[in-house]
Amino acid sequence: MSSTPLPGIGVRYDLTTREHRRLSVVAQRDGGRVLSAYRTDDPDACALSVKLTAGEAEALIDALMPCHHSPNLLSTTGLGLVAERIELPAASHWNGRVLGETRLRTETGASIVAVLRRADAIPAPGPDFRLAGGDTLIVIGTREGVDAAAAILGRE
Amino acid sequence: MHSSAVFLIEFGAIILGLGLLGRIAGRLKFSPIPLYLLAGLAFGTGGLLPLGASEEFVAIGAEIGVILLLLMLGLEYTATDLVTNLRTQYPAGLVDAALNALPGAAMALLLGWGPVAAAVLAGVTWISSSGVIAKVLGDLGRLGNRETPVVLSILVLEDLAMAVYLPIITALLAGVGLAAGSLTLAIALGLAGLVLFLALRYGRLISRLVSSDDPEKLLLVVLGLTLLVAGLAQQLQVSAAVGAFLVGIALSGEVAEGAHHLLSPLRDLFAAVFFVFFGLHTDPASIPPVLLPALALAVVTTATKIATGYWAARRAGISAKGRWRAGGALVARGEFSIVIAGLAVTAGIEPSLGPLATAYVLILVMVGPLTARYAEPVAGRLTARRRARGSVAGAAAPDGRLPAPREESLEPLGGSDRV
Repeated sequence: MSSTPLPGIGVRYDLTTREHRRLSVVAQRDGGRVLSAYRTDDPDACALSVKLTAGEAEALIDALMPCHHSPNLLSTTGLGLVAERIELPAASHWNGRVLGETRLRTETGASIVAVLRRADAIPAPGPDFRLAGGDTLIVIGTREGVDAAAAILGRE
Repeated sequence: MHSSAVFLIEFGAIILGLGLLGRIAGRLKFSPIPLYLLAGLAFGTGGLLPLGASEEFVAIGAEIGVILLLLMLGLEYTATDLVTNLRTQYPAGLVDAALNALPGAAMALLLGWGPVAAAVLAGVTWISSSGVIAKVLGDLGRLGNRETPVVLSILVLEDLAMAVYLPIITALLAGVGLAAGSLTLAIALGLAGLVLFLALRYGRLISRLVSSDDPEKLLLVVLGLTLLVAGLAQQLQVSAAVGAFLVGIALSGEVAEGAHHLLSPLRDLFAAVFFVFFGLHTDPASIPPVLLPALALAVVTTATKIATGYWAARRAGISAKGRWRAGGALVARGEFSIVIAGLAVTAGIEPSLGPLATAYVLILVMVGPLTARYAEPVAGRLTARRRARGSVAGAAAPDGRLPAPREESLEPLGGSDRV
């Protein structure tokens, strides 16, 4: 994504898709957004130019999120909590260690509510649950808590 | 007691009238500026309903209006915006100045008005209306278009050029000699440079000093600071408007946003008063004699603005259609042409200049949105017809050149005067 300043108005962000279609979002100073798609016969002009309020833009972003297909995971956002899938790298520091060692809940306030391993889902893993590289952990907490948890789990 | 009642009635009637006109303009989807000017013409000397008691207040209100217009303009841009634009786009700014200022100057000389009036009229025809243009681009859904940054950067350069141009004009109108004039210019340039430098280096610090969570305090501090600096600039003969513009530039980030939000309604009020004031001082009877020169000037400078936009967009690698759109978008003149002409009117130079500027702005503020909308389709149809004719002629052309590239090079001049 590239950006172009529009002095007096805001910033334009551009995206060219794999199919060579071009999209842009103009972020206006007052929080409004203009979503544009470009014409194929005149790539300088917009075929579509939709003005969005801050709330409408948020709803659109939500629908565009790649993980939106699992709505149950994201339904916590209204409460100020976020749920995220965090993958343990193959060479993870935690590979073969038990969950209690991460001290995740004590340090960050975020909880691991489930572990996805290959086709299995292990709900509510206890402190003696042994982690393995390649596991996907479902972590719920505040935004900061989940980010801190991701940092701890990312150790190699 | 009695006179204050008359004042309240008159001023209230003016503001109410402007409000109703603004609603009509909103309904018709065009800028209210021409209606405000017409209202001023109607209420002023020789108009339908001359008003007297509120004149002094309106005059001061108009001055505050100019200061707020420039302050808000400064708030729109950061110093970084200005510097990057100046660095990358200065050729477009120079072409813009040359193509659009010269017709105005030439017209003033042709009418025998002398060099000072020529310098003023040059400014009137040069500066596009950023307010009208930004609104038109938004209405036409072109904010995302590739040529829009080109259009905007030309506007930024014009606004920056105002910071140098206004002090020159102020000095010229004050009738100071060459030595004092160059001293004023040196002060103005030094001041502008200093403010840009301070804003770039210490913008955050200045903003923090002014910053306040309480909107009331923020409003008072920003307004007070602006009027104070504007007054000091005026005292130094640098032009109050430039002082206000520089204050706007120096404020950045959250403070700029907050001030923008708080001052917008004040700006709207006093800017409207300013347009009325300008109209008040123009006798409607003096417009018909200058209508023809105004019309001629409008036609020529519509063509030169389109050529400017076309050239600048081509320089930025925009396709032919986008070049026409950029040119058409730039045509509107408005608030700043009136600001410049207003300086000359207050200085009492050439009595016909005010009416000419009024007629000129009235024409172009209405033509501008139309050229923005139709320059590209009309040009497209014309070039298509020419291409059809050209391919027949091209086959028989003695020099054997291909018609297509030749047309390309002719477009900016050959096509623009037909729009």
